Order: sequence, then C-alpha cells, then structure tokens
Amino acid sequence: MLEKLLPAASTYAKDIDGLFDLITYLVGFWFILAMGVFFYLVFRYRRKPSEKAQYITGETHKQKLAIEVPHYLILLCDIAILVLTFIVWHHVKIEKPPAEDEVRIVGQQWAWTFYHSGADGLLGTDDDIAKVNELHVKKDTVYHYKLESRDVMHSFSVPVFRLKQDTIPGRIIEGWFEPNKTGEWDIQCAEMCGVAHGIMAARIFIETEEEHAAWIAANSPNSADTSMIAKNETVLETQAQEDRSNG
Amino acid sequence: MAEVATADVSHDDHHHEHEQTFWSKYVFSTDHKIIGFQYLFTGIAMAIIGGYFAYVFRMQLAFPGSSVPFFGIVSPSAYNSLVTNHGTIMIFWVAMPVLIAAMGNFLIPLMIGCDDMVFPRVNRLSYQIFLLSAIVLIASFFVPGGGFGGAWTAYPPLSALAKYNATPFGAPMWLIAVALEIVAFLLGGINFITTAMNARAKGMRMYDIPIVVWMIVIASMLFMASVGPLVAGAVMLLFDQTLGTTFFDASAGGDPVLWQHLFWFFGHPEVYVVLLPAMGIVAEVMCTFARKKLFGYKLILYATVGLGILSFFVWAHHQFISGVDPRAAYLFTTTTLLISIPVAIMLFAYIATLYGGSIQFTTAMLFALSFLAEFLIGGVTGIWLGSSGTDIYLHDTYFVLAHFHYTFFPIAIIGTFTAIYYWYPKMFGRMMNETWGKIHFWGTIIAFNGIFLPLFFLGAAGQHRRIYNYQNFPDLAGDNMQDLRVFATISLVIMLLFQIPFVINFIVSLKRGKKAGKNPWKANTLEWVAPSPPPHGNFPDGMPEVYRGPYEFAHPDREDDYWPQNEPGNQKPANK
Repeated sequence: MLEKLLPAASTYAKDIDGLFDLITYLVGFWFILAMGVFFYLVFRYRRKPSEKAQYITGETHKQKLAIEVPHYLILLCDIAILVLTFIVWHHVKIEKPPAEDEVRIVGQQWAWTFYHSGADGLLGTDDDIAKVNELHVKKDTVYHYKLESRDVMHSFSVPVFRLKQDTIPGRIIEGWFEPNKTGEWDIQCAEMCGVAHGIMAARIFIETEEEHAAWIAANSPNSADTSMIAKNETVLETQAQEDRSNG
Repeated sequence: MAEVATADVSHDDHHHEHEQTFWSKYVFSTDHKIIGFQYLFTGIAMAIIGGYFAYVFRMQLAFPGSSVPFFGIVSPSAYNSLVTNHGTIMIFWVAMPVLIAAMGNFLIPLMIGCDDMVFPRVNRLSYQIFLLSAIVLIASFFVPGGGFGGAWTAYPPLSALAKYNATPFGAPMWLIAVALEIVAFLLGGINFITTAMNARAKGMRMYDIPIVVWMIVIASMLFMASVGPLVAGAVMLLFDQTLGTTFFDASAGGDPVLWQHLFWFFGHPEVYVVLLPAMGIVAEVMCTFARKKLFGYKLILYATVGLGILSFFVWAHHQFISGVDPRAAYLFTTTTLLISIPVAIMLFAYIATLYGGSIQFTTAMLFALSFLAEFLIGGVTGIWLGSSGTDIYLHDTYFVLAHFHYTFFPIAIIGTFTAIYYWYPKMFGRMMNETWGKIHFWGTIIAFNGIFLPLFFLGAAGQHRRIYNYQNFPDLAGDNMQDLRVFATISLVIMLLFQIPFVINFIVSLKRGKKAGKNPWKANTLEWVAPSPPPHGNFPDGMPEVYRGPYEFAHPDREDDYWPQNEPGNQKPANK
C-alpha cells in the first residue's frame, strides 16, 4: 500500500510495508465495523414520540458478553500484529547480516557528512571519501552504518528505505541497510535540531556497480572537497573544545 | 463526615463575599464556580493564541515564503517557535485548564452535592499560579532571541544550550512556565481528589458518583503520579541552561536520552489525563440525550483504572528509534498494543449505551457523538505507530501528527464544546441558540476532517514534521503533495471562521438566551438540582441527599423517563 505513495528501495522496505498492510486490514475491519454499528444505532434509535428508551444496565452477564466477545477478538488481532512486528523489528534493527561495505554518517547543525569507504571497502583508511549532503551507495550491497552527532539530536531518515534512526551526541549507533533499486531520493533530518532544521536536506544516490566504481574513481581522496571537510572538522572540534572550557 | 467541616470553611468565606466589589468577586474569589470560569476563559484565550499560531504556520506550509496576512513573512526560527508553542499551549494551557481545571472546579462540587471545594484558598492559589505561568509563556515570545523553538518535547542538548537553540531567554522562560503550570495543577489535583472522596452528599456511595467526576479524579491521580519525574527533569534542564551543569551533556558525562525518559514517563500518561475528563463529559451528555443508563458503569470505571495503570508502562514507544536498546521495543510494543483493550472496552460500552435509546440531536449530543467517531480514528491509527516495526517508517512523520490531532482535537476541542453546550444553561442560567450551535458543529467537524485526513497521506508518503518549507526536499515538493497541504490549510481557515458563530452565540445568549430553569435537559445528576446559575454555596434550598445512581433514565418503575438522584423514592433501584 505504501509503495503507491513512495517507492521502496531497500530489502526490508517490503517487510515494513507488509506489516503496514496487515495492520491496515485488521484495524480497517474493526474500524468499519465499529463505525457501522455506531451510525446504525444513532439512526435506529433517534427519538420517536411513540417509543420510550429501554432500561438496560449493561451489568448482567449476558449484556457484558456484548463487550467481552469483541474484546477477546481484538486481543487476538493484537497478538497477530505483535508477532509480525517482532519479526520485522528483529530483522531491521537487531539482527545484522554480514557487512559488504561501510559508511560513517555524521550529523551536525545543519548538514550531514557521509564518509564513504572508498575503493577498499573499509572505513578509516586513506581512500575514504567524505561528502556533505550526498550519500552514494551501490545497489544490492549490505551496508553497515555508524551514526554520530557533533552537537544535538538529529535523525537519519531515508523514507525510500523505510529507515529512520536518531543520532545521539556522544554515542555511535550502528545499523544496516541493503539498497535494491537504483535512483536518487531525499534524506531528511527527522528530529528537530534547531533553526535550520527545515533545510537539513541530503540526497541518496543508489548506483549500479559500474556507476558506483566510476563515482569512486572520480572522487579521489585528495580532492578539494574532502580537504575542505577535514579543515571544517578541525575548526568545529576546536570550537567545541573552546565552548567546553568556557562553559 | 468531612463535608460538615468543609461546609463551615467556605460558609465563612461567602459571608464576607456577599458585599464585595468586582475585583474580590471575580478576580480573588474562592468560589469554585468563579475559579472554574477563570480557568475556562483563560483557556479559551490561550486557545485563540494557539489557533492563531496554527493559522500562521499552516499558511507558511501552503504558500511557502509569501507574507501571511496578520503576521508577515515567516522565518525558519519563527516557524520553529510557532510550532513549539502551538503544541505547548494546546496541551498545557488549553486542554489541561479547560478539561481538568475548569470542568473539575465547576462540576465536582455541584455534582457531588457540596457547597465548595474542600480547600478553597488552595484552589484560588492554583489559578493564580496558572495565570502567572501563562504570562511567563506569553512574555517569552517577546524577549531577545524570541520564543523557544526546540519542539514541545524540548530534547536536549538542543534545549539545554543557547548556542544550539539560539533562544537564550526563550528556552528557560518556556521551561519555567511549564514548571509553574505543573505546580498549579498539582494544587488543583489535591483539591479534586480530596473533595470527591470526602465531601459527597449524604447517601452518595462510590458507585453513585457521576462518571465525569470519577474521570477527573482518576486523571488527577495519574497526573500527580506521573509528573514527579518531569519536574525533576525540568529542574535539571533549567540548571543545564542557566547554571552550566551537565546533566544532559554527553561530552561531560551526562546523558541526553535521560530527558526523553523523564519527559515521556509523564508525557504518555498526560494523554490520558486529558482524555479521561473528556470521556466523562461525553458519557454524561450521551446518557442524558439518549435517555439511557450508562452501559456497564462499573466496567467503564474498571477499564479506566486499568488504562491508567497501563499508561505508566508505555512511554518508550515514543523512543523506538531514538537510540535506546532496540530490545526494549519488544516490551513497549506489547504494552502499547494492550492499551487497545481498555480503550476498546470503553468505546464499545459508550456505543452500546446508544442501543435502545431515544436520541435527541441537540448540539451538545452532536458534539458528544462526533467525539466518539473522531476519537475512534485517533485511537485506531495509534496501532500503526504502537507497532515498532511500522513506527520505524512513520515516526516523526505527518502520520503521527494526524494521529494525535485525531485524539487531541476530540479531547480538547470537541470535549470542551460538548461541555459548554451542555452545561451553559447551568453556568449562566440561559440557553444557547441551537440553530447557531448546529451551524457551528457542522462547520467545525467537516473542516476538522478536511485538515487532518490529507495529513495521513502526506505522512505515509514520507513527509516529516517540523519542516518549515518542503520545497527544499525534491521528493516532497511535488504538486500533488502541495495540493494536499493547501487543502489542509484552507480547511483550517474555514474551521477557524466557523468559531465566530460560537463566540457570538456564547456572548449574545448571556443576555438574550431563553431562561434555562433548574433542569432544562431533564437530567438526573445533582448539579441540575441547584438554581441556574447556582449562587455561592450552590444549594440554597438545602443540601441534596442521594437515593440512587446518576443514570436512572427510562426506569420501568416510573412514569417520567428520568429519576433525579436526589428524589426520595420507595424503591431504591439496585445498582446491579
């Protein structure tokens, strides 16, 4: 159902969409039933001069059944939703398939910096490619991400992946995703992070193997962009240290 | 019993107050009804401010960058501040004062048949602190840097340090205002619980108490039990802001996530704190206008208590993706989905109350019925969010926003209108105009759905909250989505315009409305025994005695289709 509104571009997007559909069917059934009964009763028992209202306490056993039976049925629906929720949650947020590539994501007021692993597929080496507000990933590759924040809470949200994870200053949060559709989409910050939160926009580029290799080749580690970020980072860290010693 | 003692206290007061000036009668009164009106009118004034804020930021979303009539250009920081304070005002300065404080003050003594609150001066102090809190909040919009813009949840480190939030005065003032408001409601809550437990009319047993009084009492208990952690958190955050402590600063060993736990431990029960009084109001109105006994009084009461207890164990469903241990989601998803059980029991019992009734569609009844229909939408959409799996995607989108407006709008706005249309004759002694009431009803309800139904679709399409201009996001800037935003904004403007008939009706009816008499709706509860409006002391013809439950409509042993609680009768109908 969600795919009609927004494409799904990660392997677990279909699991989340499936859970969404299950909830829609179960909840939709109860909602329509309750609304139907409600409007029927409102119409049927509208005031008529000839009819006096009935005296019903709702406290005899038989009357209580009218409430009890549906509530057991709702409990059953709850359990069905819970079981699928646990499976989906375990798959998306707890159990990580082995990494094929890595990316380090750093949020700050008000930009995302993405450290791509480069040609060797490892972070923290010389060929890492840092990009501001641009995340380039390869289709059909399991990525592990490491999420950090330089200042306040942000939230790394990629709607086409159905993925969202808050960042917390002082912690590194790990997770995974596997893109399975090429294209270019929004990355949003989903947690209020200050004045320019509304323009903290980034883009994700999901590329085929050849495109991605070409992109890596074109963005050599010593390009101007990267060194600017390194400089920027030093400035920010000095700033943060000064703030700490002042404040 | 205690009511004798309390009666003495407040009788002392009104001996003085009979010959008093406007100031001492309406401003420094200890009369529970006057204090109720003070809360009501302050709440309505704050609702106008909150509604104006909503108008400004919705206009910005529909027509980004253009000058909003009666405001001007909306800057990003102004947008954040408007959104933050809209939420804060509507929860803390509208829903709480109107539903709990105004209705609790006005209704509890009248409905349990006593002459005033047991602590009238504490009651007055409660309102004064509340008024001060509102003044501090409004003042915070005009200080250098402007009002706080870090969302009503105020997550640190953004809320803790001025270098992050750019509101060096707005942020602490916002926090002080919230803390003062909490103090006011703690004082009020003590009063409601003590009065309802100790000062009931002779003969009123526990199960003869009208359900709305129970609901306000249980809500006050929930509030008092949940608010402690928030107060502690607020003090810590205020120290972080002003004294340079580091409770929430990770770089100095603090933990920013701690605030989220403290906030939501309060924040989730808070939903039920405002829901319960509204449910109570709706029950009273439904029984009166369906001429029906409430279906399963005890069942509803026990479900409410169960709901209250469960509400303390669900808070982390606001934090599924906030970086807490992901395994916690198993527990909190389970408790959250279990909450559907007591809520479903209550809603089913309400719907069952209509069965076999004789329904009169007064304006109050229309609002009460629409509460059920709209709240049902709000309730069921919570399942998508309570399930941690789908919450990964829907968290912080407009789906959440639409969901909680479908709960809070019925609670705070529809609940309030239900109460005003129903108790207006008792409050002011005159009837409101029904035709204008119905115009107000349909204009409000249809426009309300026009605002928030489109937002479910925007949210499901991945649109996040608190973003002042979606044109910066290519996936969200399309014409289809912008059309929905414009539709929602136009609906909002229409809804606001439809409040004008209400205001005029309210004011004109004060003078020109038909005289109400004591019991215009032929209802059973004790407030309808008192004159309209009730004088100081409430029951000039002697304190009422109670012989039966509050909802003995259409009883087979009686010709009239209602049976007031205070009317002596040969048979005391069993409550079972």
